[in-house]
Amino acid sequence: MGSKTTIEVNELKKEYNGLAAVRGISFNVARGEVFGFLGPNGAGKTTTISMLCTLLRPTSGHATVNGFDVTRDKLAVRRSIGLVFQDPSLDERLTALENLKFHAMIYGVPKADRGKRIPEVLELVELAGRQNDPVKTFSGGMKRRLELARGLLHRPKVLFLDEPTLGLDPQTRHRIWEYVKQLKIEEGISIFLTTHYMDEAENCDRIAIIDHGHIIAIDTPEELKENIGGEVIMLATKDNKKAAAEIRERFGISAVEVNGDLSLQVADGNHFMPRLIRGLETEITSISLRKPTLEDVFLKMTGRRIRDEKMEGIDQAKTRVRAKRGRSR
Amino acid sequence: MKAALMGIYTLWLRDITRFLKDKPRIVSSAAQPLLWLFVLGMGLSTAFVRGGGGSPQYLRFIYPGIISMSVLFTSIFSAVSIIWDREFGFLKEVLVAPIPRWSVAIGRALGGSTVAVLQGAIILLFAPIVHVSFSALQLMSAFLVMFMIAFSMTSFGILIATRMQTHEGFQVITNFIILPMFFLSGAMFPTGRSLPAWMRALVHINPLSYGVDALRGTLVGMRGFSIWLDLLIVIGFGAIMLTIGAYYFERTE
Repeated sequence: MGSKTTIEVNELKKEYNGLAAVRGISFNVARGEVFGFLGPNGAGKTTTISMLCTLLRPTSGHATVNGFDVTRDKLAVRRSIGLVFQDPSLDERLTALENLKFHAMIYGVPKADRGKRIPEVLELVELAGRQNDPVKTFSGGMKRRLELARGLLHRPKVLFLDEPTLGLDPQTRHRIWEYVKQLKIEEGISIFLTTHYMDEAENCDRIAIIDHGHIIAIDTPEELKENIGGEVIMLATKDNKKAAAEIRERFGISAVEVNGDLSLQVADGNHFMPRLIRGLETEITSISLRKPTLEDVFLKMTGRRIRDEKMEGIDQAKTRVRAKRGRSR
Repeated sequence: MKAALMGIYTLWLRDITRFLKDKPRIVSSAAQPLLWLFVLGMGLSTAFVRGGGGSPQYLRFIYPGIISMSVLFTSIFSAVSIIWDREFGFLKEVLVAPIPRWSVAIGRALGGSTVAVLQGAIILLFAPIVHVSFSALQLMSAFLVMFMIAFSMTSFGILIATRMQTHEGFQVITNFIILPMFFLSGAMFPTGRSLPAWMRALVHINPLSYGVDALRGTLVGMRGFSIWLDLLIVIGFGAIMLTIGAYYFERTE
């Protein structure tokens, strides 16, 4: 590992008043890697990012970022990282340019370099034309892009993105991802991001799946999907409970109900499907076969979907709070 | 150390930039002290002189008090804006920056102080109308004293801000801290022996009283305490408040 590793985490724990948010996690992130933390809201993603960025003190355990200890060498860690928070953190009364200028100053970017670097990052996120407008006139997507530019301004070696696309429209989400990929290639930096969007996690080089403060799997998206075995059969029946019991009894496979459909993972779907149809007493109303997604991986490992209805609700509430904040200023 | 100085300078510059952008705020912040001075001051001054006609002496008396008021209000409000920074997220950007937290506190204190002095200086422009004239030396001393009051009160405001979680307590600060401090500072009336004992006691433990006294001594030559006591208390209070404020800032997560 050595210098190839930019983040090393060992048995990191965080408790709030005796309640564990992160329960002893360990992982490494390699230089130039896009590493995703995937998990539902409340799984411990933001707590982990906050500890790695020195904003939260770990209860126990150990972590280094770019070789600097996150509790003993806070300023060195902070100098070497860029950060885009889940919630906006811009000074809305200032212009885009002023926000970037002040950031460059407190990060000690030399004046001569500032003049070159600021236009460069503005160009990257396509905001050069709006640089003299107050940030309060920006849309949510523009603000996030500006924050991305700001996070990159001081040439960090690791960029932390906490739910970088939360609350953004699909077009902007897509663009944010294009920037991330471009950064990886052009600047060669490591990117550590959290998300609960499965489709976005697919873009990462490696993913850690986190749930209830535990990492339950770390691998490439391909391997994770490969490991859960073969294919996924989606099944709708007249009585899902009865069908699931039958499947467990007859084939030894556990089927999980998702939005009124039964989902089961099988090694060889093409051959299993006819057997299933023949062997099931409960009447089948529809059936389909597909390749597994990360959603299936999560479902298999935790027994639930990453974004159930309740989570969607929290998400929408967050987005609403954001919209309200934007207006009230 | 270089990072700390740059941090102080940047946060100071941010406050100044925001101040200069917000012209309506400058005007409206100046309006209230001017109302106190010219409407309330003129009105009350007639009450003190039999037969009416107004007493220029009373206006001269409250003039430094009104400047202090302007400085006090601007200082506290600009410091308490840290709470807004927290709510709108900008505080996070500052807290995760590679600069020591105490430099953030000092930068904010200096920024808020500078803005408060500028706001106080606007009232200083009205000196001829209240028949106050001063030499260049007096003017410079007045700026120095204003800055000390501002620094002291901004530091106090920063301490308040670090202990408050939301802006909902804003009204509480105004009613229970700023206004009593102003009323009990001797800004509007003399605090001699004619006051009830309890009130005099409160005036004496109010650090702003010494700031008002220092400014009054400098501008119109009336004073109750010695200038050294005034300065010692104003600066001492500010230093203690800023130290405690920086300490809490350091521990913010």
